[in-house]
Amino acid sequence: MPTQMEKVICVTCPKGCTLEVTREAETILKVEKAGCNRGTRYAQQELTDPRRMVATSVRIRGGLHPLLPVHTSAPFPKPRIRELLEALRRVEVQAPVELNQVILPDALGTGIDIRASRSMAPVHSAD
Amino acid sequence: MKSYDVIIIGGGVVGCMTARALSRYRLDVLLIEKESDIGMGASSANSAIIHAGHDPIPGTLKAEMNRLGNPMWDQLSRDLDIPFKRTGAYVVAVGPEEQAALEGLLQRGRENRVECEIISGEEMRRREPKVNPEVSGALYTPTAGLVDTFAACLAPLENAVMNGVEVMTETEFQGFIRSGRQITGIHTNRGDIACRWVINAAGVHSDEVMHLAGEREDFHITPRKGEYLILDGAEFKLDNILFPVPSAVSKGILVLGSTHGNVVVGPNSVADPDKEDTAVTPAGLEEVWSGARKLVPELNPRAVIAVFAGLRATGNAPTRAPGVTYSHDFIIEIAQEVDGLINLAGIESPGLTSAPAIAERVVELLRGAGETMQEKPDWNPIRRARPRFSQLSRQEQAELVRRDPRYGRVVCRCETVTEGEIVAEIHAPVPARTYDAIKRRTWTGTGRCQGAFDLPRVVDILSRELGIPVTEVTKKGRGSAFLVRPTKEVEA
Amino acid sequence: MSDAKQYDVVVIGSGPGGLAAAISAKKTGADRVLIIERDVEPGGILLQCIHNGFGVEVFKQDLPGPAYAQRFIDEAFQVGVEFMLDTMVLEITRERRITAVSRKHGFVELQARAVVLAMGCRERTRAQIRLPGYRPAGVYTAGTAQRWVNVEGYMPGKRFVILGSGDIGMIMARRLTYEGAKVERVLEVMPYLSGLTRNYVQCLLDNDIELQLRHTVRRILGKNRVEAVEAVAVDEQMNYIPGTEEIIPCDTLLLSVGLIPENELSRQAGVAIDPITGGPFVDDSFQTSVPGIFSAGNVVHVYDLVDWVTEAGLTAGKSAARLVRSGLAAGDGPALPLKAGENVRYVVPHTLRPDHLADGDIRVQLRVRQPLERPVWVELRSGDKLLHRKGEPYARPGEMITLPVRPNLMDELKAAGELTVAVVAR
Repeated sequence: MPTQMEKVICVTCPKGCTLEVTREAETILKVEKAGCNRGTRYAQQELTDPRRMVATSVRIRGGLHPLLPVHTSAPFPKPRIRELLEALRRVEVQAPVELNQVILPDALGTGIDIRASRSMAPVHSAD
Repeated sequence: MKSYDVIIIGGGVVGCMTARALSRYRLDVLLIEKESDIGMGASSANSAIIHAGHDPIPGTLKAEMNRLGNPMWDQLSRDLDIPFKRTGAYVVAVGPEEQAALEGLLQRGRENRVECEIISGEEMRRREPKVNPEVSGALYTPTAGLVDTFAACLAPLENAVMNGVEVMTETEFQGFIRSGRQITGIHTNRGDIACRWVINAAGVHSDEVMHLAGEREDFHITPRKGEYLILDGAEFKLDNILFPVPSAVSKGILVLGSTHGNVVVGPNSVADPDKEDTAVTPAGLEEVWSGARKLVPELNPRAVIAVFAGLRATGNAPTRAPGVTYSHDFIIEIAQEVDGLINLAGIESPGLTSAPAIAERVVELLRGAGETMQEKPDWNPIRRARPRFSQLSRQEQAELVRRDPRYGRVVCRCETVTEGEIVAEIHAPVPARTYDAIKRRTWTGTGRCQGAFDLPRVVDILSRELGIPVTEVTKKGRGSAFLVRPTKEVEA
Repeated sequence: MSDAKQYDVVVIGSGPGGLAAAISAKKTGADRVLIIERDVEPGGILLQCIHNGFGVEVFKQDLPGPAYAQRFIDEAFQVGVEFMLDTMVLEITRERRITAVSRKHGFVELQARAVVLAMGCRERTRAQIRLPGYRPAGVYTAGTAQRWVNVEGYMPGKRFVILGSGDIGMIMARRLTYEGAKVERVLEVMPYLSGLTRNYVQCLLDNDIELQLRHTVRRILGKNRVEAVEAVAVDEQMNYIPGTEEIIPCDTLLLSVGLIPENELSRQAGVAIDPITGGPFVDDSFQTSVPGIFSAGNVVHVYDLVDWVTEAGLTAGKSAARLVRSGLAAGDGPALPLKAGENVRYVVPHTLRPDHLADGDIRVQLRVRQPLERPVWVELRSGDKLLHRKGEPYARPGEMITLPVRPNLMDELKAAGELTVAVVAR
């Protein structure tokens, strides 16, 4: 089985160590050049199941602004981010909204909720 | 087809001053401008100086118009509320070789009947401590001044509109309609318009306009680009007008104050065949900066807040006066090949200074051609500018806000421009309909942050006041919209 | 003129610095505390920073900007901080008289016993980097674009080039891609990344956006709207390298070329400004050179982490309240100058009172001149004498370094003269 070496920049802390990961197909054989063992865990995660916190916005009616910022309640599977953004583009909510209110539960069946990043009160007229 | 007595082509300072001069008489006058706003050419991209008039070759039209125009600015600025300061100006000689040139300039100034005197290097340093310490002497011309160059277009045109002149922007001249020799109208992108007279004040395009009448085929405009840098007056103060000793081609790279309180350096002078090229170049800025440093060595590069460029409408018309050799003079004359055309062409420096005098010359030319020029008894020469919040006293500011709360919302933080002022310009007699138009009128976006804060707010106000979607609000007319679509809409 | 309304502490700006200052002023004994905010709602720049990364130190959570702000906004209301929104301060005098104006409140005159300046930053402009070319629509600073995309709800273009690898530029590269735009290139004139590596990975690498170091924009093409930019490589002296020009078609150029502390009001009040930071000279209580005028946050120097801005705000607010209560912002003890030493571009605060160590750590913050990608010592010295040092795995100009000065150093510092901070390789 051929082994391959990949370089991965760790983002667990700002140092940004460039990890050298040797793997054989799906199995990680070793992780080198990590500054700490969080880096090793990051490499595992990143190469098997990369995830990201996703922040974006959805349309909101009746609020001070036309958009409500939202975020994922946990790191989201990276390969499905585009799909998530598409789904959220179709969402519209109504003010008032509370901070951390669930806007879209169990997004794409991942068990991760999309929550409001702020409260937004209703406004009655454009000032 | 709509019909006018006179159509003015061009909303630069010459066209606007002419419109105002003609508005005094019983004539139906229309001014057309191809851009989305008036004054978008050289008229808002120049040194903003009312020249004393020592510099043009004596006997030229330039010299004559400068001499006639200069004294008109006191009354003009009062009647029309144009910011203007008669500061005086200096031609600064650095080193002994340049000192000799001052004598020549003094002679020329005297021939042009301009008040001027030579002062010592020491006196120059006393009057302007930031001047190059190697200054050997200077020519002082007390009658020079600084003006708000865009206001010098807007104010007279508003006054003209108040007195019955009509204005059409985004209207481009495309050709003449004639009956034999007589001009009877013009073609434009908005259709044909009838008229008896056309005043060609088309700036860099004035040669093309007259050629369409078969006039002066050998007259050509070769634009010369001049680049400028603006320094923040809060970081670097200089209230004088400093010229270098001039070259054969231009007055040189100046360092001067402005009615805005900033410091302007420039222009250089580079021939540029592209009549729409107002791009700023690294070589140009470098040339301007090092030229300016010669006059004021301590110019602070960190104080630069803006750069711009303008195109001079340099023509190749020889002076008509006998015995005078000069080949870039103004053209201010009735056309020979057709009837009903007055050409105002090759108007570069001292064009701004000369504009009111050129306008009066147009009146004389029309009278001389047989026009009755009957005065309107109710002609009102006075135009009041709209209140500028930042220039009022605290008491006046408080009163203004009480009267209209929109003056309480500051939209441009760096220049303290309020929503009330912006709204007022959108609904003014010569209205602002684009971001740059608001900028020219109110100085919004000209400060330290260069519009980073005010831009979204001004776009919002324009959208609301003009009743158009924000995606249709433009920087300077068609093709310059800021926003492309709502965030959440994506094309398929 | 009408009588000015009296306040104990007036805070200018309701971003993280201002909010923290107001809350801590109120909680440590100032009675009437007011925040003046020019926007229609509080939160400052955080309202448009909808991405995560805020609160890792202060709350041990990874919050989006608006959520971080809301914690403080809610607390401010709870503790009784007053707000004047949609209000612009026109002038502050040395004597702490404040003139402001607003649609709702009209023309306002206030008298404060202490002022906290928390106006944040503005962005470096096109003119300041002398970017040649035309002046079409489509050239924006990254922050202006961010406001449009995230708050106002509009996209400023379809195809983008971003000049500057600062965090705002990289964050916007991701944001724009998320909203269906194409980011063609990110250009950075230095040979190293200007912002955090995390952002390089999660914004650029994740979205296949190419970063070119040692590149800049030579000119902008397009008379009415941007049509393209001409990118070019630069050498060590920042000269263009002929033959490396590339026309990149696009309709928008975003500038992420640096932040400048916004101190116009400070200057007008007579506050002395450090030309290196662009912000006021401050002591460790965050008082400026004008007694009774404090400052906190990006208005002092540009921070990378909002958590430190909050800390600075808490200190400034507490100091302001102490001044109001006791007439003294700071102890009477001597203040030692704190200067930038080897490889350090600047240090904040500019002076330090050893007496203050009785209250706890004093956080000294600094940025290096040149990057050192290997372990370093951050050293606090008095002349040749090393007083204290901290090890760091590396030092980068884009990442502010914090050196906590602990109470156990109080006696040594009291005996010291001028202090310097240096960063040297280990």
